[in-house]
Amino acid sequence: MLKQMEGSLAVAEAVALCRPEVVCAYPITPQTHIVEGVGALVKSGALENCEFINVESEFAALSVAIGASAAGARAYTATASQGLLYMAEAVYNAAGLGLPIVMTVGNRAIGAPINIWNDHTDAMALKDAGWIQLFAETNQEAVDLHIQAFRLAEELSCPVMVCVDGFILTHAHERVDIPTRDEVDAFLPPYEPVQVLDPAQPYSIGAMVGPDAFTEVRYLAHEKQLQALRLIPEIANVFKDVFGRSSGGLVHPYRTEDAETIVVALGSINGTIKDVVDQMRENGGAIGSVSICAFRPFPLDELRAALINAKRVVVVEKSLAPGLGGIAAPDVRMALREAPLPVYTVIAGLGGRPITMAALQEVFEVAGDDRLPDMQFLDLDYAAVEHELVRARQIRRSGPTAENILKHLGAPALASGE
Amino acid sequence: MSEDSALQRVKFYQTGTHTVGNRLMDEAARSVQASMDRSNAITSGHRACQGCGEALGARYALDAAMRATEGQLVAVNATGCLEVFTTPSPETSWQIPWLHSLFGNAPAVATGVAAAMRRKGRSDIKVVAQGGDGGTTDIGFGCLSGMFERNDDVLYICYDNEAYMNTGVQRSSATPPTARTATTPAVGTAPGNVFGTGKNLPLIAMAHNIPYVATASVADLHDLEDKVEKAMAIEGSRYIHIMVPCPLGWGSAPNATISLARLAVESGLFPLFEAEHGQVTRSHKIRRRVPVEDYLRPQRRFAHLFKKGHEDSESLAALQRMADANIERFNLMGERQTP
Repeated sequence: MLKQMEGSLAVAEAVALCRPEVVCAYPITPQTHIVEGVGALVKSGALENCEFINVESEFAALSVAIGASAAGARAYTATASQGLLYMAEAVYNAAGLGLPIVMTVGNRAIGAPINIWNDHTDAMALKDAGWIQLFAETNQEAVDLHIQAFRLAEELSCPVMVCVDGFILTHAHERVDIPTRDEVDAFLPPYEPVQVLDPAQPYSIGAMVGPDAFTEVRYLAHEKQLQALRLIPEIANVFKDVFGRSSGGLVHPYRTEDAETIVVALGSINGTIKDVVDQMRENGGAIGSVSICAFRPFPLDELRAALINAKRVVVVEKSLAPGLGGIAAPDVRMALREAPLPVYTVIAGLGGRPITMAALQEVFEVAGDDRLPDMQFLDLDYAAVEHELVRARQIRRSGPTAENILKHLGAPALASGE
Repeated sequence: MSEDSALQRVKFYQTGTHTVGNRLMDEAARSVQASMDRSNAITSGHRACQGCGEALGARYALDAAMRATEGQLVAVNATGCLEVFTTPSPETSWQIPWLHSLFGNAPAVATGVAAAMRRKGRSDIKVVAQGGDGGTTDIGFGCLSGMFERNDDVLYICYDNEAYMNTGVQRSSATPPTARTATTPAVGTAPGNVFGTGKNLPLIAMAHNIPYVATASVADLHDLEDKVEKAMAIEGSRYIHIMVPCPLGWGSAPNATISLARLAVESGLFPLFEAEHGQVTRSHKIRRRVPVEDYLRPQRRFAHLFKKGHEDSESLAALQRMADANIERFNLMGERQTP
C-alpha cells in the first residue's frame, strides 16, 4: 500500500511485517523513531507475539538479541553512531556465534566532536565484524532491504546490518509502498535455527576455541560472506517476483555504458549523484555511477564488471580513515587490481555537511580531466584549517580544536552548530 | 516476616558437633547431590583447579536448579574461570543447554533467552545466568542492574572469589581490604587492597526491590541448594551471591576451601541471609563465633598482616570491625527478634 510517511516509521512497519519475536530498544538519534515505531505497533497489538524490551544500553540491546536469537527467536534491534560503537564487542560476538539478528543502523557521525548528523563512520568502524552490511539508497529500498535481510540472515545464519542514512532517510517523509502481511509471509518463512538452546538437545554454545581450530572457524565466517555474494542477488530476484519491484542486490549501475568517468558511492547520496550524472549527460558528459548496496560481502566481481570499461573512477564516501584517506576506496581499488584505473577518493558529507549538486559536478569535471588529487575533501574550508594549524604551531596551549574552528568561522556558524 | 521463631527449619551441618550425614536423613531431605538421579549439569572432566570453590558451588547450584525445574533449564555464562574450565572446546562439561557470549553481558543475554522462551510458548524453561565477581560486580554490573530493574525472569548467580582469578588474581570491586592481589600488591605502607572501597552487591540487588536475594556458602551446601530451589520457584529477577574460596588466588590449601568458607561465615565477614522485595527476611545465625584472624591467617593473600614483628594490628582491628558491623546489621548472633 502506498503511504506518505517518515522513513523511520516505514522501516518500523517493515520490521513489524517480518514478525520479530524479540525487539530491544535503546534510544539514540537518529535511529530512535524506528524502535519507537516498532514499540507502538507492539503496544497497540498490531505486532503480536513480540517482546519489546527497553534496555539500559546498546551493549545490552544487542546482548538481549543474542540471547533471544540463540534461543530460537527472530530478534531485531536498531542503533546508530556511538551506540554501534558501544555495542561493538557484541557486534563481533553475534557474528561469531552465527546468530541471524537483523539490526538497522541509522548512520551518523562518531565523536568527538559530538555530532548527531549523517555520515558512514559508524558502519565503517564495524565493517569487518562478520555482519552482512546493506546500504539503502531510498526509503523504499530501506523498507525492502529489511524484509530481505531477515530471509538472508536466517538462510545463512549470519547477522545483517541494514544501513539507512540518518536524517536524510530516517527523517524524510516520502512515498513508500508498504507490502501486505500476506506478501511478506509468502516471502519470509518462519525462522528455523541451525542451533538452539533446548533442554531436549543440549548444546554448549560459545565455548573457547584455541589455535587448533580458530583459523578454520574464521575461514568459515569468510566463506559465509562468499555464500552471501550468491544469495543476495537470488533473494533480490525472488523479492522482485513477489513484490514486483527491484530492490537490493549487490550493486546498482546507473548509465555506466560507454561512461568514461564512473562515480561509486554508498547509500542515499546516490540520488544526488544520479541527478548530477543526468545533468552532465545532457551536456554530453560520458559519466555514470554505481551504487554499492552490499558493502559486506564486498562485490569485487560485480563492481569490476561495472567499472572495467571506464577511464577513471571517483569514490564519493562519507567516511574517513585518518592517515590513509577513504575506507571504501581501497576496496574499490581491490576490485580493479588487474585493470588499474585511477581511483580518486572524495571525502564528502562528514557530520552531515550538505553535498550539493554543484560541488559534485565541479569535482567530477575536474576528475574528467584527470586533474583530481588522489584524495580530496569536498567543500573543505582550507582557510579555516590553515588558520588553526598556524595557531596551534604558535600557541602551545591552543585549546580545543573544534571550538577554535567554530570561533574562527564566526558567530552564525557557532549558533547553527548548537 | 520472621522465621526465627520456633518454626525455623532445622538445618544440618556437615562437620563439628552438629554433624548429620545425608545417610541419617529422610530421603526427601537429602541433598540433590546425594541423589543418584542428580542431573550432573557440570559433569566430571572439567579443568578447574584442585579445591575450586566455584566448581563446587556451581555444581550444587545448577543441579538444584535442574531438580527444581525438572530439567527445563538453560544456563548463560559470563566469561571467566567457570566458562573456561568447563568448555575446553570441543569438550564440554555442560550437560544442559549452555551459552557463553561475553564477559559483561550475561544478564542481558539471559534476558533475551527468557524472552524468547516466553514467545516460543516454553515458559516452563527457566534461565540461570552466572558469572564471577568481576563479571558481576564490575564489567557486567550495568547489564545486571538493567535485568534487575526490569524484573526479568532470570536467576543470576555470582560466584564470588573476591578477585579476577582467571586472568591471574587482579583486584575487583569484591576484593576485601588488605587482600593481596596482582594489582594490589603487599608492598608499601598500606599493603594489599585499601579500605573504604568495594561494593556489596547483595545489598545493591535488594535496592532494586527484586523478589529474592540471598547469599550462600559452599560450606553450607544444604542451605545453598535450598536457596536455589526457593529462587527457582519465584518469578522475576532473583540473585544469589555465593562465596567460593579460590586456593590459587587466596594462597590457601586446596583442602581448606570448605573450612575457609565456613570461617568467613562464622567470623561475620560473609553474612548469610535472604531478602524478599528489598527486606531481609532471614539471616543465618553464627553458631560458634570466631575472630576474623582465624579466617585470615590461613590465606597467603593476608600474610602481610601477620608478619613476625610487623603484625598489622590496626588493619586486623579494622577488619574485625567490618565483621562486627555485619553481625549487628544482619543480626547474625540472633540477639534481636527479627533479622
